[in-house]
Amino acid sequence: MATLTVNRAALGGFSFENCKRNALLEGEANKVGCSLPSARKTGTTICGVVFKDGVILGADTRATEGMVVADKNCSKIHYISPNIYCCGAGTAADTEMTTQIISSNLELHSLSTGRLPRVATANRMLKQMLFRYQGYIGAALVLGGVDCNGPHLYSIYPHGSTDKLPYVTMGSGSLAAMAVFEDRYKPDMEEEAAKQLVRDAIAAGIFNDLGSGSNIDLCVITKGKVDYLRPHDEANKKGVRVNEAEALKLTGDYKYKRGTTGYSLLITHRRHDVFISSMEMMSEVTCVL
Amino acid sequence: MLDGTGPEWLSEEVKTGTTIIAIEYNGGVVLGSDSRVSAGASVVNRVMNKLSPLHDKIYCALSGSAADAQTIAEMVNYQLDVHSMEIGEDPQVRSAATLVKNISYKYKEELSAHLIVAGWDRRDGGQVFATLKGLITRQPFAVGGSGSSYVYGFVDAEYRRGMNKEDCQQFVVNTLSLAMSRDGSSGGVAYIVTIDEHSTEEKVILGNDLPTFFDQ
Repeated sequence: MATLTVNRAALGGFSFENCKRNALLEGEANKVGCSLPSARKTGTTICGVVFKDGVILGADTRATEGMVVADKNCSKIHYISPNIYCCGAGTAADTEMTTQIISSNLELHSLSTGRLPRVATANRMLKQMLFRYQGYIGAALVLGGVDCNGPHLYSIYPHGSTDKLPYVTMGSGSLAAMAVFEDRYKPDMEEEAAKQLVRDAIAAGIFNDLGSGSNIDLCVITKGKVDYLRPHDEANKKGVRVNEAEALKLTGDYKYKRGTTGYSLLITHRRHDVFISSMEMMSEVTCVL
Repeated sequence: MLDGTGPEWLSEEVKTGTTIIAIEYNGGVVLGSDSRVSAGASVVNRVMNKLSPLHDKIYCALSGSAADAQTIAEMVNYQLDVHSMEIGEDPQVRSAATLVKNISYKYKEELSAHLIVAGWDRRDGGQVFATLKGLITRQPFAVGGSGSSYVYGFVDAEYRRGMNKEDCQQFVVNTLSLAMSRDGSSGGVAYIVTIDEHSTEEKVILGNDLPTFFDQ
């Protein structure tokens, strides 16, 4: 007897049909021996602090793909509105797209109200969207800005919970950055002291966390002005090998001017007898990289 | 969900491993909570106020998943605003508790949050409602959260009927202090909210001002 299938009306909320398809595809790919590309994460240190006149957001600039650095200088501080910026940690695509969607919706909202958007509005929009996707959008955000009610700073987690605090850190390096904040944060700091504090917190994340690195970006938001300092501090400059002239002697320069006469060297081999006179035991040194 | 590279607490759901308590007295209610929010082994917010206003004289205490609890509280806040405008007066505590219960019951498989609703209204005075998993029950007092298991004995032994406002506040503070000292997921500062006919008073008690007991 044929089984009857009833067509169920689509329930509200997110449809997870594609997740089943993705799992199926992954199984098929693994059978052949390949693997699906993994999402690029910004293993990160991001932080924010409220100071006397506004908010300072800070971020490192390393984007990792597994154990490889995919981008040495990516920008993690995203524009939301002229007075609101947002740092993003977690899956790079998720933070990028989420902030762009909310930025677009907020601009339409601000045109509709005729007012400068408020940070609390951006916070509500972000948390409602992330909650709707139940944590599958891996975006952990630090949202900061200045509006008619003063400076505000929020941290938003992938499942949709938010915290409104005077200083926040997020990302894999957040523990290192939070240690710096807990030691040196004071309410109502001056701008220079606050910039130094944020710079030090991100530096702590960069040097003590493998997922964070490269430069330090800062974004200083005050009433009527935004300073997007990229980069604020090049904490990790790529070194130069000795100086260029000596490097050429060591490695040889294979570029010759047009018209150079070529010639070949005659090399004679001499046989050397090698005698072992004494032997020393080298002490064992194990190094883990 | 987020994959395993990096520390686990980065991909762990943020929970308010918590101690919350609400108790009614003749003329009002007292609510209390700790302030710790954890994601795995890391404390992500050490000063969160888990006593969330639903209306002027109705508060709810949050526990469980932070995102779920915050969302329920915000939804009920909105629904209660609309409801109170429709009836033209302040809503009853029972209405607020019913709204919370409706959401908790309808989405009981998807949500993991427990809210205790407490407040004062003109009709029945101070009331405390527990709404665990979609039931609604009025109780003289209610405790919730991970820290509550450590203090069931204390509250059962120490509760007396007919306590006045100061006794209730002291009871709440003592309970929170004991739970916070024994439960790893509870800590920080204690928030106390007292609601009665005349006012809604919010108070913070810092960690070193909490009462100490044996062994502290």
